[in-house]
Amino acid sequence: MIFVTVGTDLPFDRLVRTVDDWASERKRTDVYAQIGYTEWRPKHIRFSPFLEPEEFRRCFNEATTVIAHAGMGTILSALQWGKPILVMPRLASLQEHRNEHQLATARHLAKLGKVEVAFDEKALRSSLDRLSELTVRNTITPHASPALIGALQEFINHGRA
Amino acid sequence: MPESRKPKVLALSSGGGHWIQLLRLRPAFAGCSVLYATVRPGYAADVPGARFCVIPDSNRWHKIRLLHSAVSIFLLLLREKPDVIISTGAAPGYFAIRFGRFLGIKTIWVDSVANAEELSLSGQKVGPYADFWLTQWEHLAKPHGPIFRGSVL
Repeated sequence: MIFVTVGTDLPFDRLVRTVDDWASERKRTDVYAQIGYTEWRPKHIRFSPFLEPEEFRRCFNEATTVIAHAGMGTILSALQWGKPILVMPRLASLQEHRNEHQLATARHLAKLGKVEVAFDEKALRSSLDRLSELTVRNTITPHASPALIGALQEFINHGRA
Repeated sequence: MPESRKPKVLALSSGGGHWIQLLRLRPAFAGCSVLYATVRPGYAADVPGARFCVIPDSNRWHKIRLLHSAVSIFLLLLREKPDVIISTGAAPGYFAIRFGRFLGIKTIWVDSVANAEELSLSGQKVGPYADFWLTQWEHLAKPHGPIFRGSVL
């Protein structure tokens, strides 16, 4: 199942519309999207505006690929669960978010080789056609770096860093 | 604090990526008594067996909700009297740290790893009030803070 998610905060019609058009053209019936609170409705793919945390986890678990906004929560979940993830960053210039931090996140994580990024709809369409080539990029451990954990533990227990 | 007593930690955050990052810091709370505070009841399933409570969500674009958040968090601090407050943001975390400092509680801010090119707004404003003020990107660290010690990745 290809799971599309736009996060819990704002809709991201530009992403879902691109996937909906692609799925219709390629006759895909294996796409499910969490689309947020928006008046626009996909014409071809199955969708829901919002998923409770447990439903979300279930969809994530069942997914073979995740397509998402460049939200940190979704990206971390995909990396933790070892799911291939393709992201498109929201743009503040298109009122898709309040600032451009998703663009920054996407750029930096792409540079670190952690996620596949499509920076616009054209790139997204191209990546969708090559979905089977998307491999899992370095699964991460369930926790933060030992250095950060150690520094926090030291501070919590001894009041110094 | 007496060595025999477990530190009481309040681990507080907004939802989504903020919460997921807070969960990735859990090993730092080993040996502590922890209360997790976040904005969705469904997240309790991520911390089975731990104390958990819900706080009102808010952001800078909704002033009434900000006030509601702030008051709830202040009352939470008075009730719980933690030894340490740790937050990965966003606005509710800012209030927790601000009030925590006022109440003499040790405070830790870990700016979200999503802020890769500049600190979040709450992260910038919280600086003077956080005893341990952290960024997760080395190039954002500055001599007077925030400091870099690693990241959730």
